[in-house]
Amino acid sequence: MPDKKEDIIANELAKKQKEISISEFFEKNKHLLGFDNPKKALLTTIKEAVDNSLDACQDMKVLPEIIVEIEFLGNDRFKVSIEDNGPGIIKQQIPNIFAKLLYGSKFHAMRQQRGQQGIGISAAVLYSQLTTGKPAKIISRISPRRPAHYYELNIDTRKNEPDIIKDEEIQWNKDSGIKIELELEAQYQKGKRSIDEYLKQTAIVNPHLHLIYINPEKEKIEYPRVTNELPKEPKEIKPHPYGIELGILIRMLKSTSARTLQAFLIQDFSRISPKTAKEIIEKANLQPNIKPHSLSRQEAEHIMNTIKQTKIMAPPTDCLSPIGQDSILKGLKKEINADFYASVTRSPSVYRGMPFQVEVGIAYGGNIPSDELVEVLRFANRVPLLYEQSACAITKSIINTAWRNYGLQQSRSALPQGCAIILIHICSVWVPYTSESKEAIASYPEIVKEIKLALQECGRKLATHLRHTVKAHEQKEKINLFENYIPEVANALHNLSGESKNLIIENLNKTLKKSLPHLEKNGGKID
Amino acid sequence: MVVKLIKTKNKLQDFGKKIVNDIKHKKNPIITLPVRSLSNVGFDKQTKTLMLKDKIANRYFFNVAHAKKFLQTIEIASISKNLLDEDKHASLRDVFYMAKRTIPNTHINIVDDQTESDAVIEDLELIANSSREQLHINANKMGSVAGKVIIKDRNDTINWARMGSGGWSIPSNVEDIKFVNMNAKYIIYMEKAAVWERLHEDKFWEKQNCIIMSSQGQTTRGIRRLLQRLHFEFKIPIYVLTDFDPWGFYIYSVLKFGSISLAHISEKMAIPGVRFLGITADDIHNYDLKKHLIKFKDTDISRLQQISKYEWFEKNKAWQRQFKMMKELKAKAEIQALSARGISFISEKYLPEKIKKQDFID
Repeated sequence: MPDKKEDIIANELAKKQKEISISEFFEKNKHLLGFDNPKKALLTTIKEAVDNSLDACQDMKVLPEIIVEIEFLGNDRFKVSIEDNGPGIIKQQIPNIFAKLLYGSKFHAMRQQRGQQGIGISAAVLYSQLTTGKPAKIISRISPRRPAHYYELNIDTRKNEPDIIKDEEIQWNKDSGIKIELELEAQYQKGKRSIDEYLKQTAIVNPHLHLIYINPEKEKIEYPRVTNELPKEPKEIKPHPYGIELGILIRMLKSTSARTLQAFLIQDFSRISPKTAKEIIEKANLQPNIKPHSLSRQEAEHIMNTIKQTKIMAPPTDCLSPIGQDSILKGLKKEINADFYASVTRSPSVYRGMPFQVEVGIAYGGNIPSDELVEVLRFANRVPLLYEQSACAITKSIINTAWRNYGLQQSRSALPQGCAIILIHICSVWVPYTSESKEAIASYPEIVKEIKLALQECGRKLATHLRHTVKAHEQKEKINLFENYIPEVANALHNLSGESKNLIIENLNKTLKKSLPHLEKNGGKID
Repeated sequence: MVVKLIKTKNKLQDFGKKIVNDIKHKKNPIITLPVRSLSNVGFDKQTKTLMLKDKIANRYFFNVAHAKKFLQTIEIASISKNLLDEDKHASLRDVFYMAKRTIPNTHINIVDDQTESDAVIEDLELIANSSREQLHINANKMGSVAGKVIIKDRNDTINWARMGSGGWSIPSNVEDIKFVNMNAKYIIYMEKAAVWERLHEDKFWEKQNCIIMSSQGQTTRGIRRLLQRLHFEFKIPIYVLTDFDPWGFYIYSVLKFGSISLAHISEKMAIPGVRFLGITADDIHNYDLKKHLIKFKDTDISRLQQISKYEWFEKNKAWQRQFKMMKELKAKAEIQALSARGISFISEKYLPEKIKKQDFID
């Protein structure tokens, strides 16, 4: 019987169908999370912890002080610890935050933050566990009046639940903060895309950060704070209807506290007024007072389509916290020795209902090598992006800008060449990365356009500077020419007048020497 | 001759001594000379020629914008002095090569281009108050003449009526020529050598008892001086024949009023008595040349605009009428366009008719 045969196949298949364990998933997908190789694993681990610390300090409005230490244990093993002075985490949440994947406060919030998925630090804990078998050691304290808690945690990879190995109160000489210590298999290298580079760039875009870094060679590198001004507190906003996808809409419909469809639209989205809500519902042929969770998938799709056809105000932009033109200059001046610095902060703009803002800084001259392609420092929500440079919208925008107009050399379809460093920062409530490892920004046309405009504006400042310096340089060279002209003039004058050639040379040289400062100051002439 | 040479030499020497004096006093050495551009050229109503006004340019050595020009000026003055010392003449091209060399320790040449040395030579004429010929610098000879005239040049007797197919070629210095016999009734000066050859082959000068003279393009100083001497010494009328275009009109303008760049020697060059024979806008209509016009380019239009605004043309109704008609035609014509009516049309019909009717523009 044909039925029976199919039964057998289905049964066979059923034997193979089982829950996929989180560790198996991680093993197969670690490249998505930034753990593709030992070198990158070290970077990602520290990066996730530092990003969390900076976010936490920003939430509590404290000036961050972060200590990063990497210790080499031999045999490709490293111990890393990251310590901050942030608000700490309450006792009950510690196991979940560090030892449960996809747990966190950031995924559902429409707010500009460094982390956004709640996957990073627990992935680092899992990586450490998989490569060394050692638990994560965490100290957390939320206030001087409360004790500090010490945890040793593993992840139960079968259930994706924390496995608490040790839980005790300890003495800690900090009022509040977190310290996390992990042991992992990794590789330490200096140079491009290194942990050193990441920390340096982090210090540039976070001039309010005081960072102490002890590298595996036991050298202590300190990045001092250059401003006491905290970044503007980014406000949390509700999603804008233009940025919403069907799945999210259905989820929101199910979980909303609103009792009617009309109330749901007004309450749970930004920029939907009662009038706009009415318009959307009418166009979708629905009743305004039906219960949101009773909507069918088809009806939800109707709403999606009518939203696209309805004119809705752009989202508010006070949810963004740019670094600011001045702070970019401060950050660049602190870490890069150059002759000229410029920066531009664009006004906020919107892609697919998401507010975003672009900032650009340029450093030129000084110690920057001139015979190489320019160095590009990419940042998203103040986090340095070190990998996947060529796939990033930022790189593409730089390549598509005509740098020759601004005094840099450039071959076709290439980055410009010259002694410049270009810094680009994009902040948004939701940065569109090309993958979960958050290494490159997707090329939305609105984003590319804003980056290019910012680059051009900064480029014009650079060009003005270069024109002035070239002019000054040329003039100086011309002044130097007087010395070479003098013997020629003396020769001809000697022939014309019969006066001694040496006498003429001597006197001209004296006049030149005497008036040299004046010549240099006065555009190469004596009045 | 020798006295003149020493005088010029002294002027160059004085020029050098004045600069050395500045240098001895630790002053910024300076060369002062009148500005030679349209802004400093005016039309003198009395002499009816272009004259320099009194705007002065200062050329300093210690000024990055002037230093090279300063060096060029004294370098060429020194070259000229050497020529006078040896009593030799050099061409403009010779002088360019005598000055052209790279300044040690630099990549800079004293002059890069002959136009630079040519301009400095004209400056030097003003500084030393001597003509280029007196500085022993000559231009290339260019231009031919034929007619019933006998002259003496460096002890050779030359008959302009017996110079074969090429005619006598006019040297750049005509100061020392002596006219032995002059019987012509008028001179036709033309812009094109090819037209001169046409008239010469047709024996036009013999039939009409006139002198035909030409250069190619802009009139050289030698020719202008020769025309001026003939005009003043024999009161002989001169008629100018050029293409019908703004550049042709300017050739006439230079002959009659002097040129902008050589306004300082107008009195030795300009011939206020010359008259314009053609090609005029009326000729285009009267001789049916409309089919042989060449369309104007943008540069033609702007040049016409410039010329029509020159002070010496501005109030001349006859000329403004020509400019206006040319502007309306938006086209130009070469003298040779007349050949469309027959190869000898110019010598048999056009010129005799125009001269008989005295159809000139002044």
